Amino acid sequence: MTARFRYLPDTIEDQQAMLDFLKMDSLDDLYADLPKSIRLTEPLTIPAALPESLLVKKMHQLAGRNINANQYSYFLGAGTYDHFIPSVVNHVISRSEFYTAYTPYQPEISQGELQAIFEFQTMVCELTGMDVANSSMYDGFTAVAEAAALAVTSTKRPKVIVAETVHPETRAILATNAEGLEYTVNTAERTGDITSLTCLAEQTDEQTAAIIVQYPNFLGSIEDLAEIKKIAQDNGALFIVSANPLALAVLQAPGKLGADIVVGDMQPLGIPMSFGGPHCGYFAATKKLMRKIPGRIVGQSNDADGKRGFTLALQAREQHIRRERASSNICSNQALNALASAVCMSALGKKGIQQMAKLNIEKADYLANQLREKGFPIHNQSAFFNEFVVELPVSTKDANQALFEAGFIGGFDLSGIYSLDTHMLIAVTEQRTKEEIDQFVAVLGALS
Amino acid sequence: MTTYNKMIFEVSQPGRIGVDLPTSDVDPVTLTDKFPSHLLRDSEAELPEVSELQLMRHYTALSNKNYGVDSGFYPLGSCTMKYNPKVNEDIARLDGISRIHPYQPEETVQGALQLLYELQADLAEITGMDEVSLQPSAGAQGEWTGLMIAKHYHKQNGQNRTKVLVPDSAHGTNPATAAIAGFETVTIPSNEAGLVDLAELKQHVNEETAALMLTNPNTLGLFEKDIVEIAQVVHEAGGLLYYDGANANAILGRTTPGKMGFDIVHLNLHKTFTTPHGGGGPGAGPVGVTKELAPYLPIPRVEKNGDQYTLNTSEKLSIGRVKGYYGNFGILARAYTYIRTMGPDGLYQVSESAVLHANYLKKRLEPYYATPYPQVCKHEFVLSGSKQKKLGVRTLDIAKRLLDFGYHPPTIYFPLNVEEGLMIEPTETETKETLDAFADTMIAIAKEVENDPQMVLNAPHTTVIGRLDETKASRKPILRYTKED
Repeated sequence: MTARFRYLPDTIEDQQAMLDFLKMDSLDDLYADLPKSIRLTEPLTIPAALPESLLVKKMHQLAGRNINANQYSYFLGAGTYDHFIPSVVNHVISRSEFYTAYTPYQPEISQGELQAIFEFQTMVCELTGMDVANSSMYDGFTAVAEAAALAVTSTKRPKVIVAETVHPETRAILATNAEGLEYTVNTAERTGDITSLTCLAEQTDEQTAAIIVQYPNFLGSIEDLAEIKKIAQDNGALFIVSANPLALAVLQAPGKLGADIVVGDMQPLGIPMSFGGPHCGYFAATKKLMRKIPGRIVGQSNDADGKRGFTLALQAREQHIRRERASSNICSNQALNALASAVCMSALGKKGIQQMAKLNIEKADYLANQLREKGFPIHNQSAFFNEFVVELPVSTKDANQALFEAGFIGGFDLSGIYSLDTHMLIAVTEQRTKEEIDQFVAVLGALS
Repeated sequence: MTTYNKMIFEVSQPGRIGVDLPTSDVDPVTLTDKFPSHLLRDSEAELPEVSELQLMRHYTALSNKNYGVDSGFYPLGSCTMKYNPKVNEDIARLDGISRIHPYQPEETVQGALQLLYELQADLAEITGMDEVSLQPSAGAQGEWTGLMIAKHYHKQNGQNRTKVLVPDSAHGTNPATAAIAGFETVTIPSNEAGLVDLAELKQHVNEETAALMLTNPNTLGLFEKDIVEIAQVVHEAGGLLYYDGANANAILGRTTPGKMGFDIVHLNLHKTFTTPHGGGGPGAGPVGVTKELAPYLPIPRVEKNGDQYTLNTSEKLSIGRVKGYYGNFGILARAYTYIRTMGPDGLYQVSESAVLHANYLKKRLEPYYATPYPQVCKHEFVLSGSKQKKLGVRTLDIAKRLLDFGYHPPTIYFPLNVEEGLMIEPTETETKETLDAFADTMIAIAKEVENDPQMVLNAPHTTVIGRLDETKASRKPILRYTKED
């Protein structure tokens, strides 16, 4: 008899042969040890199986109920961006030797993955100016929480200070994590578009494990890391920077400005928006903190013949060895997306990544200038990268509705978070053309 | 091809590029005019410079040095290395799935929200739980979410419960998770049959018990047949029962954690629900709970009001946010596609085939390897290399010898309560021919251990590289490429 499901190869004859070998009468014998009271007596009430042809049709219909970035021009960022992804990225990560592999615990047959991640770690170190990077974290948000946990456990201090200009979701996740590990999170307020150094200095003391800022910050502005480092240093606190890796192509590496830990999300470099995930957190630190970094790290070694090879390194840090003494429970990470971003960074290369970053700066600058000319106040007093805040004559919701009707996905509504009513956070990536920007301005200009 | 041994940085030549970006169509910006000079890079990030073909050759050569499920049999215990369906990959790459932004208006992502809502309902049904959150990115994050729910629940009820009980056979993430959720771990020893020792459990359960974390079937592949009594003991003391879904591939449609009495469940979609392991991730670790615990689930929650799907971010008892946005949506889309492919009958057959395969393979190997737990197993089983160890060959050596025959080795030295453990999970997607060929190889290796132990001790012989010096990699770590001058 023919098998009914294409993923299940057992024929009736196969099953019978195996049952005979086991001296069993039926498949139910395999479940004889399940107490009767817990057995299901009815089939699961989930939708019936669909053949591939119908399934694909259904999924296209479902996906068709979402507006996507091929149909509309996106001026929405706030942590996830519509950037160009070279075709090669998808071709490389679609090689099933990569995507159907497990974590490379058997280095002899995982050299491809291990070397690709080792190269990824190197690229992250280059961009951040740090000594060591791990093989990835879930996302940029949880990477901040892991960095805070590292700071609290290694300094044995009970408090971290997070800037109000750090992404609201980062701060929310940090709060959840802090409750688990039982440390305090204080917020350093902002002055306009950047962190108030006075407020930060007042809050930081010898009980502070770390100061956490974002670079560029949630409102798009570039925080002065050099000044913030001084406050951290004066109090012996670690300095944690959450950075957009694309911006680091032109902005000074946080490592050179005194950061102890740099984290963030690789999404701008080769990873689709995918409704917010999977993205790819990264985690880089100074050599001093090397043995406290969470997650998997790939190291270089050699075999008995002296041949260069790669293997997971410093595993004594991890949960499968340390169990309840581990300082992080991370096991699965985002390896395939780390590979995607490594491919994207390789394609862009040393010059292309700067060119891409500069396109973002110029386009955002152009849009801001056009809006200023129309009389819209720009909230950012400090320099910004590819994102900035504009004040509108109407609510952001109404503005976005008008933009949507004209084929745009407008910016992020700040009214709910920073009480910046009628303020919109706008992102402009290299994907936006002058024509799109001009039309976007025209739509906003017609409001009031 | 497999002799290729270059780093991408060694292929790099100044002046090459792998993309062509558009020239700027807006006014140029002079960086030094816009940014304070100390916040501009003073040296370029040394990324490689390669042409598109060089890039493809490099990564293709690397992929040739890698082994996935599509390369061959991958019987890694507790990892459920089953086939990763190709249609799932296609669906996850549709523009309407991959090119949508998490903050675009709800009205413009009704398809995505519908997918999440229906997947929540499917997983609730499959686990016998009342409500599911798809937020956690992996099993370990699911565990942590679950324990944070337990923490909030007890606190809300005015109870200070500080201890989480974990069997000695548990995954390392269980005790690590308990620690970062702020609990103290109490390890419960297993009995001789490899199951939770009820008498021991009773001794340790008390008014301080927040939860018992249990994998069922457990990591030995054995069904905890006293589960009803275990649940009763924990519940009577006011504790909660946490189900680690790492081994859910054994029970689909036969029973549910809900039926067994669990209050909180996580599933690993990258195990039971075929989403690819990706060389370490990304995965997804949804969490299901009973009605009583539902208010504590992380936000945002995906809900349905009339015909509209919405995101609820304001549950006052919620533990808060655990992950950015709404979980690993692309992974969730793959799992949804798989569940729609299989339906109830298909999932039922998945588990019974997975269990049949494990028992068949176990019985074939029993005469050659010590089998500490001879009873019927579920989707996986654990052998011990103790016989071979007496002959001077360790489990690690057997694992390395398997590489020569083109197999990925089983999980080794786990669980910790088995000497020289070999944990084998064949999965339902393999043919009987593959199981037989693997069994023949394992038997041949067992004979080699007796007749030609050096052959095994010096393995692997055919891989692109020999055994690596892992001590060196940790003692004098080289963790990034540095250009030699």
